[in-house]
Amino acid sequence: MSYVPGQPVTAVVQRIEIQKLQQGENLILGFSIGGGIDQDPGQNPYSEDKTDKGIYVTRITPGGPADVAGLKTGDKIMQVNGWDMTVVTHDKARKTLTNRKEHVVRLLVTRKSLEDVVRKSMNVYPKQ
Amino acid sequence: MDTESTYSGYSYYSGRSRGSHRHGERSKDRHKSRSKDSRSEKSVTINTPPAEPLLGDSSVRGEQVQDDNWGETTTAVTGTSEHSLSQEDIVRITKDLEDSVGLDCRRYFTLTLGVILGLLVFLTPLAFLVLPHLLWPEKLHSCGTACEGLFISVAFKLLILLLAVWALFFRPPRAGLPRVFVFRALLAVLVFLFVVSYWLFYGVRILESEDENYQGIVQYAVSLVDALLFIHYLAIVLLELRQLQPYFSVRVIRSTDGETRHYNLGQLSIQRAALTIIEHYYSDFPVHNPALLSASKSRAAKHLAGLKVYNVDGECPEAPAEGPGNNAAAGLAHSQSRAMIAAAARRRDSSHNELYYEDAEHERRVRKRRARLVVAVEEAFTHIKRMQEEEQKKAPGDVMDPREAAQAIFPSMARALQKYLRTTKQQHCHSMESIQQHLAFCITNNMTPKAFLESYLTPGPTLQYSRDHWLARQWTLISEASVTSGLKDGSVFLLKCVDFSLVVTSKKIPYIQMSEEYIDPKSHKFVLRLQSETSV
Repeated sequence: MSYVPGQPVTAVVQRIEIQKLQQGENLILGFSIGGGIDQDPGQNPYSEDKTDKGIYVTRITPGGPADVAGLKTGDKIMQVNGWDMTVVTHDKARKTLTNRKEHVVRLLVTRKSLEDVVRKSMNVYPKQ
Repeated sequence: MDTESTYSGYSYYSGRSRGSHRHGERSKDRHKSRSKDSRSEKSVTINTPPAEPLLGDSSVRGEQVQDDNWGETTTAVTGTSEHSLSQEDIVRITKDLEDSVGLDCRRYFTLTLGVILGLLVFLTPLAFLVLPHLLWPEKLHSCGTACEGLFISVAFKLLILLLAVWALFFRPPRAGLPRVFVFRALLAVLVFLFVVSYWLFYGVRILESEDENYQGIVQYAVSLVDALLFIHYLAIVLLELRQLQPYFSVRVIRSTDGETRHYNLGQLSIQRAALTIIEHYYSDFPVHNPALLSASKSRAAKHLAGLKVYNVDGECPEAPAEGPGNNAAAGLAHSQSRAMIAAAARRRDSSHNELYYEDAEHERRVRKRRARLVVAVEEAFTHIKRMQEEEQKKAPGDVMDPREAAQAIFPSMARALQKYLRTTKQQHCHSMESIQQHLAFCITNNMTPKAFLESYLTPGPTLQYSRDHWLARQWTLISEASVTSGLKDGSVFLLKCVDFSLVVTSKKIPYIQMSEEYIDPKSHKFVLRLQSETSV
């Protein structure tokens, strides 16, 4: 999740597919998001880099669709259904996730543990 | 008296420990000496001469025993009361009389000088106008319209000058100051010189040459009156306006109990500043109560009472009058006092303990008495009702005026009030007569019991009390700088009266440098700094 200004962002991501659940007249995903380019990045407890204005998962409803799909708190959402989530306002992220026409959202999320796993596995086979 | 109260202090302390079981470490021998102590307490009560003629007396320590016997205390004026006349008082009073006679002479002298100067000033323009008509009426040109208009202006300006001088100078004098009031003297001299110079000019140029131009003479008189009005303006600025702007902050401390107040004064001479401070003293400082100071004096006496210095080496302790032996005697005295100080420091002194418990006990007693007093007064006030107009015609039987009503309800609260005043050592400030007067006053003005009690619960300013508490109407100003010189930063002077002195120090109010900063109203812009969390 390192961010070098001017360079494209590289991250190890996991693809998660969440089926929206119909609850009353709302379609819910079962998690809460925080962050955005209009928010204060210093208050984000999950980000390593405190200037990171990305969208993070702050809470997961246990037993909800997101929990079932394998989303964890502290995940940073990079894409939703192909739409970029790294440089969006909080409201745009919310709207993208809660689009009533789509019943499935495919997220690309990244977390620290993924990077650690990849780095560890890379160290087993040193670079040639 | 001091040793008696010392002894009773210890016995009183053990009496308290008898009552409360807080102090478990009290040794058994205290209880054994119980009967001895109570006997000593009673002996203190009987030996102390009753002093106050006003509300019954109190000794400092024997109060709780007196509570039981209070109806039996006799009242008489003896030599140890606070208001007795001793030999020094008599000498002082005669000296006061002589001084006041001298002061009155000075006051009348300045008054007559002022009146003479005033008459001179007012009659001069009139004389200027009238004298040509008397001395050379034939040669004089007749007064035309412009000239007669000037008569009206002279008349009105003189009237205004008369009113202004009356307003500024003819006020009852507030005080007698030790030295002459410099500005007033300067102004008087200025006015005198001014008028004399005008007279000189008039005498030489107009009277001698018998000038016929009457209009010129009238204009001359008008110019004199104008100039006098300007001098009066100068007088206002010097005497009244200059000291209004605050320039110094003075700190006034009473030497006996440390009461401190701060005042802002303008640029004044030391004697005028002292006068202002004394006037503030009478209305701001709580009344000086010497009975409250006896406790610390007795403690101070106890500190040194146990130590005596003995010379075992046989050196001669008397100080020779002159010569080199003086140094030896001074050195001897030095070493003696140093030895005493060292011994006192090493001695294990438990007077702080005693003070702490005494204070706590006193506080408790004051609160208890106050509660009883409040209840008694409230109950007393319920016995009276103001009678309405219509009822007056119906039942004229038991109608009382405020004075009789006060006398009717006073006995039910008298005992509680007396005990409270005795506990807070205020009993010499209030006489029975003054209390009843105050009660009648409160009843007349529909005041509540709390309003009636307020003047007894807290000591008020000195002016509130009767005339014999203004014992200090003769003040002495003690200052190292001359009293007519101006107040300066760091000047210190003392205002001494018979019982205490006021120490006054002054500090200059600093020069304030203020700068401005302009804020554009459109520059107030805000941005949200939140971490909102939305559930999806």
